This record gives sequence, structure tokens and C-alpha cells, in this order.
Amino acid sequence: MRETIVTPHGLVDIDPDTVELGELVVTDEGAELEVVGLDPLRFELAPEEEEDWGE
Amino acid sequence: MPQPRLGVVYDRLRPEERMLFDAIERQGVAAVQVYAPHQAFDFSALPPRAFDVVIERCVSHTRGLAFARLHESLGSVVINAPHVIETCGDKLATNAALARAGVPTPRTGVAFTTETVLELCESFGYPIVLKPVVGSWGRMVSRLSDRDAVEAVLEHKEVLGGPAHKVFYVQEFVHKPGRDIRAFVIGDDVVAAIYRTSDHWITNTARGAAASNCPLTDELVELTRRAARAVGGGVLAVDLLESDRGLLVVEVNHTMEFRNSVATTGVDIPGLVVRHALRLGRELQAGEARPPIAVGARA
Repeated sequence: MRETIVTPHGLVDIDPDTVELGELVVTDEGAELEVVGLDPLRFELAPEEEEDWGE
Repeated sequence: MPQPRLGVVYDRLRPEERMLFDAIERQGVAAVQVYAPHQAFDFSALPPRAFDVVIERCVSHTRGLAFARLHESLGSVVINAPHVIETCGDKLATNAALARAGVPTPRTGVAFTTETVLELCESFGYPIVLKPVVGSWGRMVSRLSDRDAVEAVLEHKEVLGGPAHKVFYVQEFVHKPGRDIRAFVIGDDVVAAIYRTSDHWITNTARGAAASNCPLTDELVELTRRAARAVGGGVLAVDLLESDRGLLVVEVNHTMEFRNSVATTGVDIPGLVVRHALRLGRELQAGEARPPIAVGARA
């Protein structure tokens, strides 16, 4: 079931049962967060890219 | 023989990782999703091998290479192997491997001081393309039309860049027909290719280029396969340019993105990656199950 979670960067609408580590979510304020913990659910601001990122 | 144990190491969950997980599920394979940032290893108490095959999918080159080394040291087959990641993750190493194998590329050079790189640019002629040795998605790639432009970028690199930015990697500018080609390699098979078309000279889908199906011609397959073998083989995306000298290999990617390519080509790229991983896992198991050969015996 979807829940609205309060973060320092806005509200996130998410299903805690299906969310996965490393997933990106966007808050109602437009901030992009990365799921970095599931129990308890934790988010961090997601960097758009880092110097060594790529394919 | 039991099904090979499969692990997928990742950090950022991109569409490609989701597609891989879906492919794993569709094939009824038990696999473990390993979120790299949560892992820790103690070399004095290393765990037993958890996976027969590890598919390394980290968006961070540094982290991916570290995990590939760790899992290979535990005895897993890693896709891609650390030496392949090292080669593909460094454009200089890629070019060295391609040159050694005689794979045609755009004229490319490297220099380490502003004086020598300027000499190199003058000998290549303008425009010239200046790239970071490590990097992807067309990031910090510059097309420079004359000596003044090169001097300006070099000055920025000198002042702002770290040690890696003191390695100047330059390439001739190839006049391509508004597109490049990306060909996908799994094992020794070239399974699909796309055109990446853009009005911008950087034709990277991460920068907005449009993908369309590219027919697999004999020339494309042969050259792509040679490029993949040159860097050590594995699951790779080879980028090529069409030029008046024929196809030129410009880059080989070791953590290939294919989100725009499955529907475009009709090829189940993630499904083929999973099948390839299982095949390698079965080969590993078969090798370990085989009794040792006695001295003097014939295999």
C-alpha cells in the first residue's frame, strides 16, 4: 500500500513493500532522492552524476 | 548439477538493472541483488564464494572495479572481468588495446604537457576532440576548432583539474553522418546494434540522441567482435563511427546501457545477458566437478 513519507526535501509517495535499494524517487518539491535503506526506510539526495560514473 | 548461483552487484537502480532483474525472474533463476554501498569485506576473514557468477552493474567505475576484483578473488566468474573493466574504463588503455589488435580507430593521441598536446593538435589539424581519459555519456568532451580554443580548455584543466586531467587525450574529429553506431556484444556474439542520431555532434542517447535499429552487416559484426576481443571480451557495447575510411571504433563500454535498444532492435538483450551468465556458471561448475588429471594421463 502506498504511503506518503516526510523527508527534509519534501513528501515522497511510495510503497514501502516494493521499494528497492538504489531506487530513485522524486519528492513533491522536485528533489531526486535515492533509497539507501529499507528498514528503516532512508533516503539521501541523489547526485545527478559523479566523475567516475558511466557505462 | 545445481543451477549456478547468480549475483547482480549494483548501486544506482537504473532501467537496465530493472530489466536484468525482470529477465532473471522470467527465466526462473534464483539470483541475489547485491546493493554495493551496503557491502563490506574483511580480508582477514573473507567469506566463502557466494556466487558462481557475478554481474557487475555499478554506475561508479571505481566501485564496480573494486567489486569485480573482490568477487574474482573469491573464485566467482565476474561479468565483466576486472581486467576488462580496467581497459574499458580508461580510454587510453582502450586505445592501446585496440591499436595492439589492429582495430581501426579515429587518429588518437595522448600528451602530458600543454606544449606537447598543442603540438599534437597542430599535427592532427582542427577541429580536434579533447576527452577526459575516464568518463562517460559524452561528459567533458570538447570539440575545439582552433589553437586558441585548445589553449583555453587546457588552461582550465591546468587550474581546476586533478591529476587525471593532466593526461590530455585528443582525437581527430570524424565527420560522421549525424549518427554513430552502438553494437552490443554478449560473449562472442554481436547480438544487436543501433544508430544513435542527433543534431548535436555528440550522438549519445544520454545526451538526447534518438535510437533506431542498425542492420548487422558483416563488416560491423567482424569489427565489433575484434574490438570486444581486443579489450578482453565479455558483455560490451562497442561504439563506432562511419567514416570515409570505413567503420572506426571509438569506444568500448563495459557496463552497457540498453534501455533504448531492446524495443528498438527487438532483441532481448537482458535475457541474453542472463543466459550468458548461466552458461559461464555451468562451465565453472563443470570445471570444478571434473576430477584432477593424473600426471602422465591424457585429458
